[in-house]
Amino acid sequence: METADGNDRSEQSLEAAASFKSFMLKNSTKSNMNLYDHLTRLLMKVMDERPQNVVDVCEDMSLDVKQGLFEPKQSTLRDLPQTTAAELLAEQQRVLFTRPEETDQEEELVDTPIPNVSEIGFYLEQAGVGLGREEMQRVFLALKQLVEVQALMRCRFWGKILGTERSYIIAEAEYREGEEEEEEEQSEDVAEEEEREAESQENEVDPPPPSSFKPPPVVQKEVIGTGANKYVYFVCTEPGLPWVKLPPVTPAQITITRQIRKFFTGKLDRPVVSYPPFPGNEANYLRAQIARISAGSQVSPQGFFQAGEEEGDEEEEAPRDSCEVNPDFEGIPVPEMSESLSTWVHHVQHILQQGRCSWVNLSVKAEEESPEEEEAEEREEEPDEAEPEVGPPLLTPLSQDAEMFNTPPWSSKMSSILTSQHAIAVLRSNLWPGAYAYATGKKFENFYVGWGLKYGGEGYSPPVPPLPQKEYPSGPEITESLDPSLEEEQALKEALEEQQAAQEEVEDSDEAEEEEDND
Amino acid sequence: MDSNSLSYSLELVAGSGYTLNVEQRTALQTSLVILQKNYKFDRVVFWGKILGLNEDYFIAQGRGEDEMKDKKNLYSFNCMDWFLLPPATDSMIEEVSRGAKGRFIGDPSHVYEHHEILRQGKRDEEVVTKVKEESRLAVTVHQIDEEVSVVPRGAFVKSPHGLVQVNRSFGGLSHSEARKLDNFLHFSKPKNLKKKSILEFGDLTPALDFLDALSDDIPKGSWSLQFECASKVCVLRSLLWLGLTFYHVPMTPQHGYIYVGDGTKNLDLPFML
Repeated sequence: METADGNDRSEQSLEAAASFKSFMLKNSTKSNMNLYDHLTRLLMKVMDERPQNVVDVCEDMSLDVKQGLFEPKQSTLRDLPQTTAAELLAEQQRVLFTRPEETDQEEELVDTPIPNVSEIGFYLEQAGVGLGREEMQRVFLALKQLVEVQALMRCRFWGKILGTERSYIIAEAEYREGEEEEEEEQSEDVAEEEEREAESQENEVDPPPPSSFKPPPVVQKEVIGTGANKYVYFVCTEPGLPWVKLPPVTPAQITITRQIRKFFTGKLDRPVVSYPPFPGNEANYLRAQIARISAGSQVSPQGFFQAGEEEGDEEEEAPRDSCEVNPDFEGIPVPEMSESLSTWVHHVQHILQQGRCSWVNLSVKAEEESPEEEEAEEREEEPDEAEPEVGPPLLTPLSQDAEMFNTPPWSSKMSSILTSQHAIAVLRSNLWPGAYAYATGKKFENFYVGWGLKYGGEGYSPPVPPLPQKEYPSGPEITESLDPSLEEEQALKEALEEQQAAQEEVEDSDEAEEEEDND
Repeated sequence: MDSNSLSYSLELVAGSGYTLNVEQRTALQTSLVILQKNYKFDRVVFWGKILGLNEDYFIAQGRGEDEMKDKKNLYSFNCMDWFLLPPATDSMIEEVSRGAKGRFIGDPSHVYEHHEILRQGKRDEEVVTKVKEESRLAVTVHQIDEEVSVVPRGAFVKSPHGLVQVNRSFGGLSHSEARKLDNFLHFSKPKNLKKKSILEFGDLTPALDFLDALSDDIPKGSWSLQFECASKVCVLRSLLWLGLTFYHVPMTPQHGYIYVGDGTKNLDLPFML
């Protein structure tokens, strides 16, 4: 009997267990999971991990198991990470840090066309000027890249010009001899081709009447390697980006740059909208300003450069245009350099009013251009020969610089008062705000960082447009005169009648005389 | 530029070309702390440098409870000894604008004289205005703060009492926000705020947007926004007062401005753009 009861009870308990199991297996309406599976997984996890104090952490484990069930739905589209500008720049700047494997160590130590930019950066920082240490280091590496790519003889970090959208980092370089002449020839060929095309077009159609307007003669630009075009300049907006070469500067560009005042935008191909109209785009404007800044503010301690050997007669007063490094330069003590301006000299030629460093006589040029029209020489009334423009010769000390707008042209001081035995002398230009020069012992350097504009005093007034030109010369045939009034006309008529009457009388008397003669 | 972050913030604005040498930086670190203690400022800011012909002025600014109103300016020659500048009043501003022309000399007791001949009726009167360089300095610093001091949107909050205070939960502008000029605000009394339409007001929060935005400045284009230092820092340069540089590192609360220049307003700006 007991076994039957026992069987009944075990059957009942089995049934109860089965029904409870089916209850546990019922999927939840919300999460489509059931308790049976969940508890199974939880217990399997506990078996696998065997954590300590399981009973305390079992709720967390239960949550973990539930979370683990979520499967991430991966879409078939993959995210394309967008490269930000910062990343692009970083990639380009990474190239700066690669070291070519072919160069020998010995070559690098001997041939150094680049100056020690880190040292220059250190001294500039003492002076309170500079771009920050990391930026200077990047510029240094970029200069090294430039030298390798362009095979330059010498290269220098000239400075930075700020612009409204981007800024320019500028390097001054000198080519090895004979390398840059090819480009000049190419540009001349192109110009000749254009002229031939224009002429052929004119011959096909009847040419319109030529105008008698003679444009004022264009001042020729200086040969590359002399005067304002002595150095070649390369620019880039960020170190690491490729360097762009600036075209040589023409005197017309310099004269117009002297009259306008414009910010740089940072894009080299932007046209410069101004009055008087600037012949060129921003690259030319930049080059012209660089030429002016160099001519006005590049200085060195006196004695560092000495006059180059002059070829030809010493009686000719041709301005010196080159100077050489003086090997016997001893160095001037720093306190002297920071006190008196006569210890500093300009080592870049001054740009004349004409826009060039060496004066060229334009009236002579006009004769050379028209050798065929010999008669024209007699007809043209040549004005008096223009007097040659003379600027201060090379290596003039700064104490002779003129004051403008009641401000002295330079401010000088020592970089530190507390440790003056190791201080450097700093010179700051007031005419070109942003131009600095420092000197210590035998080392010196010039640097420019600024907006690229000259100090203009209180206000800038743009040049006025010229008066309107006369279209035709005024002569008696076309000058207006008043119509004669009635009295004048009558008076004239009477006068004419009297004259006629007088004439008839004379004729009658003549006829009468002739008749008498004939008789 | 906050005195606590001076050493690394100077690297961030060095793109404009000016830094301080190590000696000046260390002197500033010491003297600004002493200054804060003596004058009981909440915060001391290194405002910048005004370059004179003979000497340069270093300017510091102490901020009190209200960042916009409780401001005191001090100047020094060697970053150690600081002298208090008088607050700029309207009459001072008028005098300076008439009397002082040209560059700063560098001597606070220098007197600028300006002779003007006024015609009153039939008499010609010569009016001589005399201005001391110290007042010119005070007025210049005040004008620069009024016209071109910049803060990013959200960096300062206006409390319900009307006090302007540093927002401690400012996380910085995002990279895309930092490219737009209207996320940068003038840190001075707003002049154009009431002219905005109601639609625009809907987007703004009164606690954060109680200042004028830079994009409303006339002439347009008088600010230059660039990313420097390998595109890490957003740098704003003013073209109206040449020499004012504002920096902000996006996604961080670092921001500040510094003025290093000759203290003259660029009146030729419309010709130059």
